[in-house]
Amino acid sequence: MGDTAIKIGGARKSVFKDKVMKLLPEGGNLNACLTCGACASGCPATGLDGMDPRKFLRMAALGMDEEILSSNWVWMCSMCTRCMYVCPMQINIPQLVFNARATWAKEDKPKGIIGSCDMALRNDTCSAMGATEEDFEFVIGDVLEEYQEAQPEFADMKADVNRKGAYYFLNQNSREPVTEPDEMVPLWKIMHLAGADWTYGTKGWAAENYCLFSADNENWEKIVRTKVKAVEDLGCKVWLNTE
Amino acid sequence: MYAQWIREGKLKPSSDWNKERKIKFTLQDPCQLVRKTLGDPVAEDMRYVVKAVVGEENFVDMTPNRSNNFCCGGGGGYLQSGFTEQRRAYGQTKANQILATKAPYCITPCHNCHAQVHDMSEVNDHAWETVHLWTLLNLSLGILGPNERTYLGEDLKDVDVFHPESEM
Repeated sequence: MGDTAIKIGGARKSVFKDKVMKLLPEGGNLNACLTCGACASGCPATGLDGMDPRKFLRMAALGMDEEILSSNWVWMCSMCTRCMYVCPMQINIPQLVFNARATWAKEDKPKGIIGSCDMALRNDTCSAMGATEEDFEFVIGDVLEEYQEAQPEFADMKADVNRKGAYYFLNQNSREPVTEPDEMVPLWKIMHLAGADWTYGTKGWAAENYCLFSADNENWEKIVRTKVKAVEDLGCKVWLNTE
Repeated sequence: MYAQWIREGKLKPSSDWNKERKIKFTLQDPCQLVRKTLGDPVAEDMRYVVKAVVGEENFVDMTPNRSNNFCCGGGGGYLQSGFTEQRRAYGQTKANQILATKAPYCITPCHNCHAQVHDMSEVNDHAWETVHLWTLLNLSLGILGPNERTYLGEDLKDVDVFHPESEM
């Protein structure tokens, strides 16, 4: 005969899927799967580690918690939501993946992501590369001066830091100030020509949030609140996200 | 914002630099920006900007696109996950889309996309250049300096250089 059948039935235990359903509006429609496979057929992560979004949800529906909560596939899905977008039932598979990530012990989560999250928590800058407020202010000022001189048409260009009352609070990915500061300047020139009233903040300037990727709910919220406070303390009206 | 400022006349890009060159550009639709946040309207705004900057006839959309585009695999922490082999297998879907356009440049208005698409180009024998939109917008405004061209290919490194004497 074939393999032993999975027995469904008996006293229902609260499975991982049910826990996630409690968190989501409409339960994320996690019980509505008709196994059409539209998700899997359009997912670039299909096949990695022998997994795909349809299979992942099926296993969750069958209460195979041990298998899915220990699957590395949750780090190979980028939570891009294309599966949900094409799903006829709008099933929130990415939230299932996110909450699966959240069940992992910190020491088992990918070291690179945890490291970046830890770095970002060291400073009010929220920089995953550990750049400090002083570093940031110095680099901005230094590069600005250099370009005001080298490109005299932009002698009046500004790249303010902590200017209260500016309309836009522009954020910055850590990559540029730390490794390729010249790449910041094209955006400054665009802002200057557009006459945009903008500032950076020494606090909360970093665009990244690795604690979100590690599904560390306490700390990604902490980082977001640090950024929000920075924008509010400067009285800016718009939080402008860089490219 | 770029689209708004161009429509308002605050920014006046010209695509003349590419009229004779006819270099082709394709565009990544960042998942977070398009599908997950502002939807197809922002995808249209991006195309409006790109066409103003490189010339409408020089823009080649990849397939599928807009909210239906595939994720490149740079987001969700993938770049730092340590699952490099899988990230690149994932990213090959994006690479194949870019290769199908035959465009030598892919514009990536997202840091994660830029890093991933750049890496995928390296993995595919440097098949295309991966460039930020701010770079091309500056080029089309005639204000791109010599040290702001890290991600441009050899075909554009010396085109319309703003203050070439300041090259480092």
